[in-house]
Amino acid sequence: MVKHLVAFLLLAVLAAVFASLTLGYQPDAALNRTALYYAENTAKDLGAQNIVTAIVVTYRGLDTLGEVTVLFLTSAIVGLILSTHRATGEGRATGIPAAGELLRTGSRLLVPLILLAGVYVFVNGHLTPGGGFQGGAILASAALLMLLADPLHRFGHRLIAVVESLSGVAYVAIGLLGLAWAGGFLDNRFLPLGDFGTLFSAGAIPVIYTLIGLKVGAEFASMLASLSETEKS
Amino acid sequence: MITVALVTGFALVLAGLYGALTNRNILRMIVSFTVADAGVNLVLVAVGAMPGRTAPILDAAVPVGDAARRIIDPLPQALVLTAIVIGLGVTALMLAYAYRLHATRGSLDISKFTELKW
Repeated sequence: MVKHLVAFLLLAVLAAVFASLTLGYQPDAALNRTALYYAENTAKDLGAQNIVTAIVVTYRGLDTLGEVTVLFLTSAIVGLILSTHRATGEGRATGIPAAGELLRTGSRLLVPLILLAGVYVFVNGHLTPGGGFQGGAILASAALLMLLADPLHRFGHRLIAVVESLSGVAYVAIGLLGLAWAGGFLDNRFLPLGDFGTLFSAGAIPVIYTLIGLKVGAEFASMLASLSETEKS
Repeated sequence: MITVALVTGFALVLAGLYGALTNRNILRMIVSFTVADAGVNLVLVAVGAMPGRTAPILDAAVPVGDAARRIIDPLPQALVLTAIVIGLGVTALMLAYAYRLHATRGSLDISKFTELKW
């Protein structure tokens, strides 16, 4: 009870801080200098319609490479921690009733559509809201649907590992191409910028975001597979 | 509208922290952290918003030459994109460790783990 009271008091103080922040908040009337630079120069420098994508993939591309590396580390650690407890598919109790016809057919119908939606989201990342991370998460949700419909389903870890490694290597290779033929590491301008606002525009941004999407999708899928395969039989 | 988003975000942060401080079950604490995480992201996006402006996408609604006066700050949005992804990684790690704790010690009650207590 005392602990709850202490926590409550601490949070009351924090709430007072938040309240003063909210009450004194005035939204900016004009963009600050960094945002102004992005607003004025993104279209003519990088040819990307979506400024957030231009920041994530090109202006701050190295940070995104680090972010993808953090995700890779996470999925590797999750796999490592759970690996000793991995139950084999055959040895598990078959107490789970088989999925019904509706569930099986429905999930078989939905999985390709979900994959298509994910690909659409990351291929159009430079034009519309969305991109590699969102599209990758949608791809992984297809894997989640398959696991929910059939909990005993086993993914090929080899396939996931191959997709993940290949897209990671290609991502770094494209960064090096930018270093060789354009302004610097992960510069998108070694490919032609194309017509502003079309699918094949913004140089290497769609290619990089496609690779990020595949990599993120593979990492999330491998996390899901590790978590589901360790369920107690 | 921005104030509503700010208040909601701060309320989510407080609710999440309260849950993390008072719950004893580790799974409930992990869920509380994700609630606080969502609150922080909401506050960051709200701070980047500006009244009367639109999203930083230069489509038909925002001519390129007029972008500086029509769009909101794109930087917090890029930041939140990163924060969401890293938050998911942290959640997955916490869940994996919780699983391992339960497998080795047979409990998810935080008060049973006294090694780090002082």
